[in-house]
Amino acid sequence: MRTPFHKIPDSLIRILVVFVILVGLALLLRFLLPSSLKDRPTFVAATVEREMAKPVRYAGSNVCADCHEEFNLKKTGYHRNLSCETCHGAARDHAENPTEAKPTMPRLREFCVRCHTYNASRPTGFPQINPASHNPLKPCIVCHNPHDPKPLTVPHECGACHAEIERTKSFSPHVQLACATCHNVPEQHKVSPRVITATIPGEREFCGKCHAKDSQVKETPKIDLATHGEKYLCWQCHYPHMPEVD
Amino acid sequence: MDRRKFVTKLSFLLVPGGVIGTFLKNASARAAELYNPSKHYYGMGIQVNKCIGCGRCVEACKEENAVPKDPFYFRTWVERYLIKKDGTCTVQNIDGRISGSVETGNEKEIMRSFFVPKLCNQCDNPPCVQVCPVGATFKTEDGVVLVDDNRCIGCRYCIQACPYGARYLDPERETADKCTFCYHRITKGMLPACVEVCPTQARIFGDVRSSASPLTRFKRMNKLHVLKPSLNTEPKVAYSDLDGEVR
Repeated sequence: MRTPFHKIPDSLIRILVVFVILVGLALLLRFLLPSSLKDRPTFVAATVEREMAKPVRYAGSNVCADCHEEFNLKKTGYHRNLSCETCHGAARDHAENPTEAKPTMPRLREFCVRCHTYNASRPTGFPQINPASHNPLKPCIVCHNPHDPKPLTVPHECGACHAEIERTKSFSPHVQLACATCHNVPEQHKVSPRVITATIPGEREFCGKCHAKDSQVKETPKIDLATHGEKYLCWQCHYPHMPEVD
Repeated sequence: MDRRKFVTKLSFLLVPGGVIGTFLKNASARAAELYNPSKHYYGMGIQVNKCIGCGRCVEACKEENAVPKDPFYFRTWVERYLIKKDGTCTVQNIDGRISGSVETGNEKEIMRSFFVPKLCNQCDNPPCVQVCPVGATFKTEDGVVLVDDNRCIGCRYCIQACPYGARYLDPERETADKCTFCYHRITKGMLPACVEVCPTQARIFGDVRSSASPLTRFKRMNKLHVLKPSLNTEPKVAYSDLDGEVR
């Protein structure tokens, strides 16, 4: 039997078959694939839309003020810049359904201590305690109101203004020294602090009263004032409120 | 009141109610459409001196974005730098205390030490976008680098290419994932979760083009630095008080 195709070489027909299959596949893909996978602006827009539609879990602190009075208490305290959800956890569910979903209420010591344990890497002056010696095992909220945290005794002496120095000093070997040991504070300094200033020790011999090698004070690190540190004043190498000693 | 009167009165209530209802529905739909990405260009500022390393940002990020809880997957994380007097520098990941508390060791050996919060820098010239073989990651009009997880084939090129180590492979989807500045929040006018919960305002979020905002003020009042400026990635996350040891 002679068909119209008998003159076409067999190999050509095979190539044609493969070609037809490929074109068929391409057409199939063209119509089957969603446009979001082919067209760049479309898939970019689709991704942005999907990203925007993701669920929000942290409601933001402004929402809390609508119902909770503690918000006003917090506004004036040291925790004023904290978001409610910093401590109470994600609360979007609670904001939408206040009776069903409840946010967490951390009452344990371990929670506060995560920010307030002394750590050398923390910035100087950030309020820190040593949990081992600061009323061990007692929950913080017994003494401190977390919405308006304060030191139990309100500092009325130097610490009222120089809180950062006082906190730093509380961890230093100089913790037992009163401010007046080194500073001469005129009574007027409390009234006009910038005009009437407290004195600062101006000479090496002052520190030498405790730290010179012939000092009578016991158990302090001793140096020879004549050879130690040459022309520098003590505080140019050692910070007196937190003296570093080798 | 007979039935006719009742129905008449009801229709007076229902018709305007329906009209108002439709209008409200349109309004809420419009509010979602109102967001105009060309009006924004987002950036972040980080005050290193304010970070206390509490790890609340890490926790909040994982919660908000459903990042796996294991300590290998982070959209944001905090590094603790410990520079000793002998010049050695150790870096430790504060992973929201998943792996326990951080030990300082002998304090007398420390020269200086501090925490550095890190996240995707949302580079203006992002290497991750350049290397993606399928074009799954891209920069949006408002300057955020996003990943299309339908298109991502999980080849990890972008994870290799990111000089800041900001990307990870989602263990379930097997696609690349990274910080989006909480894109679903910022497009609704909210703050990213890490900024929301930071207790010390170490993180500042905003529009880099705005003339008066916390971010602009931060940029005006501080000496700023970005991470790895020599790579010309042009990060949009700016650091103040950054130490030279930070990589």
